[in-house]
Amino acid sequence: MLGGQSGWKGLIVQLLFVAALAWISYAIVDNARDNLQNQRIASGFGFMSQTAGFGVSQTLIPYSESDSYTRVFLVGLVNTLVVSVIGIFFATVIGFMVALGRLSPNWLLSRIAGGYVELVRNLPLLFQILFWYLAVLGSLPNPRQSVSLFDSFFLSNRGIVVPSPIGQAGLGAFLIAVVVAVIASLLLPAYARRRLFQTGKPLTVWPYVVGLLIGLPLIAVLIFGKPVHFEIPVLKGFNFAGGSRVAPEFVALTLALSTYTAAFIAEIVRAGIQSVHKGQMEAGASLGLSRGSTLRLVVVPQALRVILPPLTNQYLNLTKNSSLAVAIGYPDLFSVFAGTTLSQTGQAIEIIAITMGVYLLISLVTSALMSFYGWRIGRSMGA
Amino acid sequence: MKRVSLVLSLAIVAGFTTQAVNAQTLKTVKDRGILSCGVSQGLPGFSAPDDKGNWTGLDVDICRAIAAAVFDDATKVKFVPLSAKDRFTALQSGEIDVLSRNTTWTVSRDTSLGANFTGVTYYDGQGFLVKKSLKVNSALELNSASICVQTGTTNEQNVADYFKGNNMKYEVIAFGTADEAIKAYESGRCDVFTSDVSQLYAQRLKLATPADHGVLPEVISKEPLGPLVRHGDDQWFDIVKWTLFAMLNAEELGINQSNVLEMGKSDKPELKRVFGTDGNLGEQLGLTKDWVTRIVKAVGNYGESFDRNVGAGSKLGIARGLNQLWNKGGIQYAPPIR
Repeated sequence: MLGGQSGWKGLIVQLLFVAALAWISYAIVDNARDNLQNQRIASGFGFMSQTAGFGVSQTLIPYSESDSYTRVFLVGLVNTLVVSVIGIFFATVIGFMVALGRLSPNWLLSRIAGGYVELVRNLPLLFQILFWYLAVLGSLPNPRQSVSLFDSFFLSNRGIVVPSPIGQAGLGAFLIAVVVAVIASLLLPAYARRRLFQTGKPLTVWPYVVGLLIGLPLIAVLIFGKPVHFEIPVLKGFNFAGGSRVAPEFVALTLALSTYTAAFIAEIVRAGIQSVHKGQMEAGASLGLSRGSTLRLVVVPQALRVILPPLTNQYLNLTKNSSLAVAIGYPDLFSVFAGTTLSQTGQAIEIIAITMGVYLLISLVTSALMSFYGWRIGRSMGA
Repeated sequence: MKRVSLVLSLAIVAGFTTQAVNAQTLKTVKDRGILSCGVSQGLPGFSAPDDKGNWTGLDVDICRAIAAAVFDDATKVKFVPLSAKDRFTALQSGEIDVLSRNTTWTVSRDTSLGANFTGVTYYDGQGFLVKKSLKVNSALELNSASICVQTGTTNEQNVADYFKGNNMKYEVIAFGTADEAIKAYESGRCDVFTSDVSQLYAQRLKLATPADHGVLPEVISKEPLGPLVRHGDDQWFDIVKWTLFAMLNAEELGINQSNVLEMGKSDKPELKRVFGTDGNLGEQLGLTKDWVTRIVKAVGNYGESFDRNVGAGSKLGIARGLNQLWNKGGIQYAPPIR
């Protein structure tokens, strides 16, 4: 009986098994390398240092055509991570709002939320991406007729162009003020709770938070001068020069991914909330808590234990679905690395292996973070 | 996804077989009873299915000609539509026997992909398609333009080279398929669609009002397009190579689809060699003595195929230009059948 033995015997069997597996993998890799060499198909990872020689439309880290394929890989990876993280953020926010809307006693609100879920989760994602890209953003006017706000913000079929900030003398002080304000705002609720438990007096936190977040940076600006100067974009030739631009590919992909995933998250959240016994809601009400406070303080923390595992799945799905980007020309990892780089170098096995490894790593890290969060919640509830 | 499954099959073939898929392609094709031919996902004039689902085009004719030479039946071809970036993996993994998909011959592709180009079916170059309303007359006026391109092509690098070489700024948006790229161009996302000039004419037909778009005069690269076969099977390499040469020689000798049987009875020594009534050149290739007759009967000579698919007799109406025979002002030249 395999796996049933104990002690030395079992250990030896397992060691032999691992050794055999390692030997087989090695034989396969070795054989593949020989065969590729015999057919004179280039192999190995030397191509990573070659010059890429092609342009990429969105690069959040510096990139030019004369950079190497390693740089292309990083550019694609950053683009994938950015669209995933922002997509996950919006999907979660929209998902929670839709779920709460669906559970609301307001008939109209709950029907609208229900309609949203049924419509969005039942249409193919690729279709939705193309819809946002071609039908919605594609119908915006061209740059020469763009919609402008104060002649500094421009909306056109080339994306959203906004004035870009250029750091001035007061920037350092401004940033320090913001950081201090944020940290203080984060510490404040803990202080308020301690005071509530010690003295029994509740403290309304939000006015202080708003005051801190606006006041401190404002004082910094008054003392040290303007933190930034804004460079206004101007139309020059075919496109805008100066300013910062959010490309329509990015907007369409983020919109499609977050609204699509939000529909699934909404159902998960609804299921989680409904899994909490309604006696909890009644208990909250009998303590004099408002509906919102009961949800926030009593129901949601218990629901989270049910919500988290399937929510993690949705986060993973969103990240993997971001590889549909190539359909609308968003330069994510799959598009620039497993696409352009692959066809220029022809090294399919190496590049697909790297790409698979990266997606696997992203997924495992996401899972680990979510498990850690779940463990913390479980601990704080004494479970 | 298709791409991952192709790579997987390549990995399996390379990892588990002792002798990778190379030798004896002719035998494999004969045993299978059908030729597997990699083509585009729909490029009018080169490889596109018509309204009855029959594949037609210049690239398609090459595969039909090979099938005619092997089976004496030009319908015994399975066409496998491939995106630009999947095409080489499909050839390497043995999914297709020949890749005839408007593919540019470059040194890196000839050496690092485990494949050989067998000849040039169409001499092309890269150009730009723009809206006529933009009033652009030269590619040098395209500074700061947004450019739509299909990913996995030589076009991406050419455009980077050209704009950098002329000190112009550009934004390139690369799409997975040519259809996606041309749609984005039509929606106004890009000012320019760039591709090989022949493709510009073909893709222009897909636009709502083709007459509103024009091709700029600059041709920024050399794009010799041709079929590829895997390394390591010289016999198959010869067959694919000489299929094209047979079509070119037929045109040069005045042999066409309607007179091929008549001319086959000729007493001229040169024609007797070509038609196999004298000697056994076809058998030396691994085919039959009447291989040229089979090819021309099925698809016509090179000129006929060109006219029917991309030239004057087609919707594209592209002039012969460089693709005219060498003795008529072009550069299409085939070694003799002798």
